[in-house]
Amino acid sequence: MVYLDYSATTPVNEEVLDSFSKTCLSFLGNANSLHKLGVESKQLMDASTRQIAQLLHVKESEVIFTSGASEANNMALQGIVRQYPNRGKHIITTKLEHSSVLECLAYLEKQGYIIDYVPLLDTGLIDFEALKKMVTKETVLVSICHVNSELGICQDIDKIGQFLTNFPTTIFHVDGTQAVGKIPVCLDHVDLYSFSAHKFFGLKGIGCLIKKDNIELEPLIFGGKSQSNYRSGTPALPLMVSCSKALRLILSDFEKKYQHVEKLSHLLKQKLENIDGIVINSGEKAIPHIVNISVLGIKPETMLHALEEKEIYISTKTACSKDSGESLPLVALGKTSEISGHSIRISISYLTTEEEIDYLVNTLKECIQKLKF
Amino acid sequence: MDRVILIKYGELTTKKGNRKFFINTLYQNIQKKLKNMPVKISRDISRMYIHFEDSDLDSILASINQIFGIHTYQVAYQVETDISKIQNTCLLALDGVTGSFKVETKRSEKSFPIPSTEFSRQLGGFLLKNRSDLTVDVHHPDTTLCVEILKDYTYVYSKVYYGLGGYPVGTQPRALLMLSGGIDSPVAGYLALKRGVRLDAVYFEALPHTSLEARNKVISLSKKLCQYTDHIRLHIVPFTKIQEEIYKKCDKDYGITIMRRMMYRIMERLAKKYKALAIVNGESIGQVASQTLTSMQVINSVTNMPVIRPVACLDKLEIIDIAKKIDTYEISILPFEDCCTIFVPKHPVIHPQLQECLKNEANFDYEKLIDEIVDQVTTITVTSEEDTFDSLL
Repeated sequence: MVYLDYSATTPVNEEVLDSFSKTCLSFLGNANSLHKLGVESKQLMDASTRQIAQLLHVKESEVIFTSGASEANNMALQGIVRQYPNRGKHIITTKLEHSSVLECLAYLEKQGYIIDYVPLLDTGLIDFEALKKMVTKETVLVSICHVNSELGICQDIDKIGQFLTNFPTTIFHVDGTQAVGKIPVCLDHVDLYSFSAHKFFGLKGIGCLIKKDNIELEPLIFGGKSQSNYRSGTPALPLMVSCSKALRLILSDFEKKYQHVEKLSHLLKQKLENIDGIVINSGEKAIPHIVNISVLGIKPETMLHALEEKEIYISTKTACSKDSGESLPLVALGKTSEISGHSIRISISYLTTEEEIDYLVNTLKECIQKLKF
Repeated sequence: MDRVILIKYGELTTKKGNRKFFINTLYQNIQKKLKNMPVKISRDISRMYIHFEDSDLDSILASINQIFGIHTYQVAYQVETDISKIQNTCLLALDGVTGSFKVETKRSEKSFPIPSTEFSRQLGGFLLKNRSDLTVDVHHPDTTLCVEILKDYTYVYSKVYYGLGGYPVGTQPRALLMLSGGIDSPVAGYLALKRGVRLDAVYFEALPHTSLEARNKVISLSKKLCQYTDHIRLHIVPFTKIQEEIYKKCDKDYGITIMRRMMYRIMERLAKKYKALAIVNGESIGQVASQTLTSMQVINSVTNMPVIRPVACLDKLEIIDIAKKIDTYEISILPFEDCCTIFVPKHPVIHPQLQECLKNEANFDYEKLIDEIVDQVTTITVTSEEDTFDSLL
């Protein structure tokens, strides 16, 4: 099997799974119980939280565990507009967002919010000058993903965040799902940041919203105090521990992992360039982990299944998109429907090998020859 | 180019007869603190040298900032005592420096042919020739380049860092710290450690009126204090019975006064048991009813042991400043009941009378209770090592 869909999800690291099962077996207390077992669980929960905070250079109190990034995104966007209903009805985002942001904002649009999309430059970066003109005192929220999941375009969130500090009532949310564990992350000028552990070899069902202490949030799930005041429910201690461990492991030897992916990504792009009928959509602003291409004349789903027959696993668009039409980011970038309607995503990780890349390229060539009329 | 950390002792230098003991203790403390790092430590009568791997420098300096008995330290270039080598090293040390500078030479090796002031002048000239962007200012230089010439090696540095001062922990005998979980007592402990005192901590626990979380808070505070000492033994006193007796048998207004007198009696017993010579606590004059001078006098009268109150004359805000510096503040403000906050009377007596205390205490056999309690004290050893979750996280 050649797995090249790491941006959809990753296989769990065995050490992470080991921590998960050990915690399940040895820490049975509810972290909110007052007895000894509860206190032990709470200590472990606090240590897990603390480790995540240290790794991301934020405060312990700024880490909120969620079921994943989709929940974190919803918690952030809905939580902010409910907390600050009088700050204005204007929200700014991009066409590069994950569906859990776009759908959530579509819902808010129905509630009367005005959603504006920042135009994109040819590189895929947001048009910063345009953004500057768009933000007003009415803007309650700006939500921009750190790394786009289809094309891998990486936005300069630090620059955007610094600019937004001029608007103290505008809150800056960043969806970091495709960034954490792949590229260095600096949260100095970000108010809210979402991510999910299963994107960095953790388990499915756990993620975080980083919420800076100076802003407040109305919860989505009400109830008693849990790990935080912002999400009720019995703390999912084994998942929290696994999330903390997965983050620590992915960030160790980070440089080495990054260089490995960069090398393979470069190699892959080089080989793909020489194949007739393939257009590479992930440009210089894309992180090396994501290589989006269009195979002209062949439907993405056909391509996916043809590769699947050869035990290669990739994505058409993102695993989470609902409909099967054209790629929204590519359309937003002004690409022809020939390109935006035929894109597939190859995503690699530090586990990927050169042999796998070779096998993919050769198989792609064969498939194209077979399928093209 | 070899770099080395130079440690200067400061107040230690005044201790003529004991100098060797003080230096040895400091040496051992530094060794223990840096045990996880591949360093080589050597010493002579006036300083210590730490040879290190470049990648460890930040964590070593962070550790040095938690060791008492260090006056100043420098990260210096170490070079053979040879004029042209010294010149080149000085040039290197001025990398990135702008504005004005001066050179200060200390020549403890008198066989070096050039006197200090003359050598400073020569070096200054050499540096100016090679760095025309710099100027010399002997009165208010932006950068002072220090050159210490010893027999084999010369040390060059431009930045002097201040250490914590004080005496190395372990140069004084043991004292017992009354550690409650509040803001003041950890600060008192820190200040006692600063004077070289070896410290055990005593926590009065009133289960089930207080929770295990309150105990964990005290353990966390002890852990923080362990940044400055190798380990702390924490003695946990099961105080419930006495508190309940006081609540039942004594005037409510005198409850706190009597409770503190009982605590001091137990402290004295524990001090004998663990060979401690003094009691340390976080009392601050006038802060609460039991800390007025009248209260202190009445409470203190149960023991002849020295009671050290390092924060007695500090304002609350000054204490909080230190608590924040030593990282105990955030733990101290966690909201768990401790044995001093339960059973608090509405109007505790501010000027208690000794006669009244004695009368109240005659209402129950506290000696017997204290015997029982002292027998039931449990001791745990706290170190700064993180919790044992390492394998899970």
